[in-house]
Amino acid sequence: MKIGVPKEIHDGEMRVATSPDVATQLQKLGFTVAIEAGAGRTANFEDEAYRQAGVTVLGDAASVWSSSDIILKVRAPERHPALNVDEVDLLRPGQMLIAFLWPAQNPDLLKRLAAKGVTALAMDSVPRISRAQKMDALSSMANIAGYRAVIEAAEHFGRFFTGQITAAGRIPPAKVLVIGAGVAGLSAIGTAKSLGAIVRAFDTRPEVKDQVESMGGEFLDLDFKEEGAGVGGYAKVMSPEFIKAEMALFAKQAAEVDIIITTALIPGKPAPKLITADTARLLKTGSVIVDLAAEQGGNCELTEPGRVAKKDGVTFIGYTDLPSRLPTQASQLYATNLKHLLSDMCPKKDGTVVVDFNDEVVRGATVVKEGQVTWPPPPPKLSAEPPKPSASARQGAPPTTKVVEAKKTGGAAGPMIAAAIGALALYFVGAYAPAEFLQHFTVFVLACFVGYMVVWNVTPALHTPLMSVTNAISSIIIIGGLIQISDANPLVMWIAGLTVTLTAINITGGFAVTQRMLAMFRK
Amino acid sequence: MTQGLVAVCYLASAVLFIQALGGLSHPESARRGNLYGIIGMSLALLATVIGVVSANYTILIGGLVVGGAVGLVAARRVQMTQMPELVAILHSLVGLAAVLVGFANFLGHGGVTLSPAEKAVHDIETYLGILIGAVTFSGSIIAFGKLSAMITGKPLTLPGRHLFNLALLVATIWFGWVFVRDSPLGGGLTPLLIMTGIALVFGVHMVMAIGGADMPVVVSMLNSYSGWAAAATGFMLNNDLLIVTGALVGSSGAILSYIMCKAMNRKFLSVIAGGFGTGDGAAAPAGEAADQGEVVSVDATETAAMLADAKDVVIVPGYGMAVAQAQHTVFEITKLLRGKGVKVRFAIHPVAGRMPGHMNVLLAEAKVPYDIVFEMDEINEDFPDVDVSLVIGANDIVNPSAEDEPNSPIAGMPVLQVWKGRTTVVMKRSMATGYAGVQNPLFFKENTRMLFGDAKKMLDGVLKALSDAH
Repeated sequence: MKIGVPKEIHDGEMRVATSPDVATQLQKLGFTVAIEAGAGRTANFEDEAYRQAGVTVLGDAASVWSSSDIILKVRAPERHPALNVDEVDLLRPGQMLIAFLWPAQNPDLLKRLAAKGVTALAMDSVPRISRAQKMDALSSMANIAGYRAVIEAAEHFGRFFTGQITAAGRIPPAKVLVIGAGVAGLSAIGTAKSLGAIVRAFDTRPEVKDQVESMGGEFLDLDFKEEGAGVGGYAKVMSPEFIKAEMALFAKQAAEVDIIITTALIPGKPAPKLITADTARLLKTGSVIVDLAAEQGGNCELTEPGRVAKKDGVTFIGYTDLPSRLPTQASQLYATNLKHLLSDMCPKKDGTVVVDFNDEVVRGATVVKEGQVTWPPPPPKLSAEPPKPSASARQGAPPTTKVVEAKKTGGAAGPMIAAAIGALALYFVGAYAPAEFLQHFTVFVLACFVGYMVVWNVTPALHTPLMSVTNAISSIIIIGGLIQISDANPLVMWIAGLTVTLTAINITGGFAVTQRMLAMFRK
Repeated sequence: MTQGLVAVCYLASAVLFIQALGGLSHPESARRGNLYGIIGMSLALLATVIGVVSANYTILIGGLVVGGAVGLVAARRVQMTQMPELVAILHSLVGLAAVLVGFANFLGHGGVTLSPAEKAVHDIETYLGILIGAVTFSGSIIAFGKLSAMITGKPLTLPGRHLFNLALLVATIWFGWVFVRDSPLGGGLTPLLIMTGIALVFGVHMVMAIGGADMPVVVSMLNSYSGWAAAATGFMLNNDLLIVTGALVGSSGAILSYIMCKAMNRKFLSVIAGGFGTGDGAAAPAGEAADQGEVVSVDATETAAMLADAKDVVIVPGYGMAVAQAQHTVFEITKLLRGKGVKVRFAIHPVAGRMPGHMNVLLAEAKVPYDIVFEMDEINEDFPDVDVSLVIGANDIVNPSAEDEPNSPIAGMPVLQVWKGRTTVVMKRSMATGYAGVQNPLFFKENTRMLFGDAKKMLDGVLKALSDAH
């Protein structure tokens, strides 16, 4: 099948849906790839590079749309400024379109695509399950957005991120607060940290604490218990009490930090307003707020989506195209995500795709199939971070403690009984055993204790040599054979001779193999 | 040589033996410790030969030379992966020797007169020495068979096996009573022989019922028994050196058994009762596997790339490494990575392999320096900082369900927390479950990659990819 990649027409969009590298890999799957001339230029992929990768470069958009079976795009279709038609009208029945389509926000688009009789897959609707991670374009873009957010903040922030002691005085490190520790948030934490800033992070889902700390951030705990994880590992709407406590925390932090990066989004809902105008006023002059939720209305009341605004000495960055501001990287990752999806849909590697609704990933991503709207899909079975383990652990906790308690009560009685039996046994030994036996018994018990003390000190690494050397010395039983070997009874003598032979094997074998093993242990 | 001098030599030997065990607290002092052991043994032998033996020197020398030569050759030839087998067969010899000494003593002593009480104690000692010796002997033979795969590793679970064992125990006590009754009258050989037979059957049955991966416990338990057999023989012969040595070895084996049981969170009795697990492990039902999620498999080249990019690597060897004889390749990879400045460490679970310390010996054989080999407790807290954990042929010892699945058969067993690291690569032949027969959620974790195939071949591939890139 033929894959066509037109140039993105959205204003300011610099990404492209395939890179020369990925185009090569697509051809290995059996596809032929065509691209509109100049489509990759803004992402620094020249037409010549595509040609060398075996891609056909077509002069105009119309021929790309008409000659292809599968159209790969970044942005959803819109009115083409040069051709003066809507991109949807360039499609023909039976074609397939893969792009970010945002089906929840664009029900009209779905209807128009369905009317065209095409099949459409939304990259933003790929379910968040482990297997689909390599196709998760939202995560890829969020990662870039998080990185870029810090870079944008650095551009508008008048100081270093890292602290220094210089001849001209001490430079304090910048303090960065990241709200929302999703993919973008974690990426921002890592980037800010590697620039040398002190990074704090907050999230309604306490289970992301470990991830925050693994990126070098400090997790701000809210002294308020509420489960914050919704379906698919995303956050959910919290209770008013929680939000109140959360706001108080932000207000306190606002007075301390220099940069705030907000990434809080709830699927299918407008972005929660976390930084009110009042909170923003608490920020120091020169502070920067980067609002990654600007497109969904912003986490900050004062953000102006799509632009940078300066109010009361504080810069509010509301860019909605952060991934596009790192076009080469974003195109590479997006193209790779697309390739993984296509290779999933093309199991025979023969260049034909199958829309298999038994495949959870394909089912989730497909929003229109052969003229039928198939969105929304049935809910996914598995969440990316299943809350199951914590739930089961909680259910499991009470029985475990019970077991421990039971053991404790049993444990108190155990030694008492053992001591009683021991005392009784000792009494009988003392009362009835001959004196000579008692003397040996004393030696025996003391030797057991010496053995106990000595063996606990043996390093576990040497347990095998311990066994072989104890093997050798337990052959001291040879003395029994030696005592008996001079016996007049020939039967006893022969038995003793056999004993000596057997134990001699053991003595030399045990010591020699121990020596051999110990010689191998070296620094 | 007088009796007094012999006794002093025995005392010196006992002290030297304690030194030999004490030396094992560190690899450096261990070599000297072994030397002490050899000196102690030679001293005891010399003193006995000079002070006690009065005739039949030819047989004595012959036995020593033949036995010594066999032992030496065996020790030279044995492969390090076969250490458990060698140890098991050596245990059986100690057991057999105890049986022989017991019988010879019973047949031989006629001249000494004992009071009735002394006679009874002496008979009990003889009886016990032979009993423990026989159990050690037959048990070790079966353990040897299981370890060398001549006998199946699967536990043999006869119907009513606990009742059978109980019946054997009752019979043993009954014949013991008969023996003590008949012995002063000049009889007793028949009950002694019957008891020996029963003890042999018991040893066979006991070890047959225990599965392959419980072998560390069995081997250390038999180690302990061989010590108790020697101690019982010492009581019988009124010889303190035998008692002391037997007690040392007995408690050493008992401690090892305890450590092994603790590392598996199992009760000693339940291990000995046997019948746990299926030994070879059956493939998990497809439905169960599907619920767990997706397995991501990688090839040797990708593994090599991950290792080369890592800063901190931990290798977790299991029995699979011993089976595949892959320890030398492991060390080559280690050397290469260390040469590149990658921090490489080894994490050893106490029950990895088929006997206590098995993995350490294999790694030492491959010349892995012991200061990068760590015990579970030493390294478990470091996993969150580890970039790549390489699990080679291990399963249950890295199973997270031991910690967070209270209903799991292995719940509460301490495990190596590899899943806390950034990435884990698990080398395995298939998706089959481990010894405990439980599915391992580690394989389905997001940060786990599976490298399927024979450990040796896969590691050779990794090594090649690493050295090509170098």
